[in-house]
Amino acid sequence: MITKRIIPCLDVKDGRVVKGVSFVDLRDAGDPVELAALYDEAGADELVFLDISASHEGRKTMVEVVRQAAGVLSIPFTVGGGIGDLEDMFQILRAGADKVSINTAALQQPELVENAASRFGSQCIVVAIDALYDPSEKDWYVYTHGGRRRTEWKVLDWAQQAVDRGAGEILLTSMDQDGRKNGYDLALTRTVSDRVRVPVIASGGAGTKDHFVKVFTQTRAEAALAASIFHYREVGIEDLKAELKQKGVHVR
Amino acid sequence: MIAIIDYGMGNLYSVSQALTRMGYEWKITSDSEIIRSADGVILPGVGAFGDAMLELKKRGLIEVIKEIVHREGKPLLGICLGMQLLFTGSDEHGYHQGLNLIPGHVVRFEGDYNIPHMGWNELRFDRPHPLFQGVEEGYAYFVHSFHVIPDNPSDILAVTDYHQTVTAIVGRNQLFGMQFHPEKSGETGRKLLERFAALCTDRGNRR
Repeated sequence: MITKRIIPCLDVKDGRVVKGVSFVDLRDAGDPVELAALYDEAGADELVFLDISASHEGRKTMVEVVRQAAGVLSIPFTVGGGIGDLEDMFQILRAGADKVSINTAALQQPELVENAASRFGSQCIVVAIDALYDPSEKDWYVYTHGGRRRTEWKVLDWAQQAVDRGAGEILLTSMDQDGRKNGYDLALTRTVSDRVRVPVIASGGAGTKDHFVKVFTQTRAEAALAASIFHYREVGIEDLKAELKQKGVHVR
Repeated sequence: MIAIIDYGMGNLYSVSQALTRMGYEWKITSDSEIIRSADGVILPGVGAFGDAMLELKKRGLIEVIKEIVHREGKPLLGICLGMQLLFTGSDEHGYHQGLNLIPGHVVRFEGDYNIPHMGWNELRFDRPHPLFQGVEEGYAYFVHSFHVIPDNPSDILAVTDYHQTVTAIVGRNQLFGMQFHPEKSGETGRKLLERFAALCTDRGNRR
């Protein structure tokens, strides 16, 4: 039986991990490759590197980080952030990433998803969706540019559209829950994962082990992503997996 | 030396680095002479079946692969799409002929469930095999929308379950295929890749 996946996310700026990381046993807490290797050893199922560099040089540095990560990791990893065209994707995939994640660029030119899927295969194209609930419309809307700009797209419509165009996976982030540590947005995750027939990664809001149990038992999410709770060791990967197993969630 | 066939498809770097970590020499190449002189060959692959056959053909590699397998019995491992290419043909975007080294067909997953089959799934070894020496059944990382149905069940070495029994490892003489990515499959994947590499060099040493 296929297992549920636990995915730590590393924010990388100009080749360095940002969001203070408190690993005492790391020689260099800012080295994304060293941190990634530690997560691999701890039993993470997959990793996401989110490049938040604003500059061209920062992006080039990211390709080097990907190359080094591919040299040491024995688990798959996705790279997202600032990927705008097929050439960017090619560079990242050739450097050894297993998947690329696109967000704003996909909304600006939805045919990019199709072109990417036909060139590289659906299995390596992740469409990342930033979702915020609109209480007056009673629905979630898609935001771009790191959550700064609202689009006309309702989340479910865009998710379906992305899948129809060839996305192999949806990385679904709840902006309402992100950073609050009081749990994944179960309603949002359920809505999308019930509908689309590709794996959905739940993201935003993880604070405790129980939040992972809930998202895996109450929605059809196949993976759950978190950043700071892993980096700050509020939740350990081994502990989390033991808890999930005990609650009947199938994990590696 | 293990030749990793470069035909413009797939993630060659990760598998090469995995071999380096195990202490095996490798060459990423599309040169038929280097491929012929290797102790063993890895045929990687990500992308579409028809494109992959076309790229192999363009580089004159189809005959080379058939020759080293049939005539020389050189160990060869197809990974992911590389395993699917070993079979007779595939239904991916119309019918395409494969290398036909193992009889069988590649078909799409069909059903009301998530496609691709993506993530960590449990390997079940069907029979004892030198490839499994010192390796325990464990989890491997799969990502594919098409799967292989060999004509002869005896070519299946290991399976996994995804809404049906899915062929995970095939083997016929010195020819092997893994549907998952051993280079991305943690400890279990590392050991399987290492066993393949060992089978290659054992043969190399005997020469």
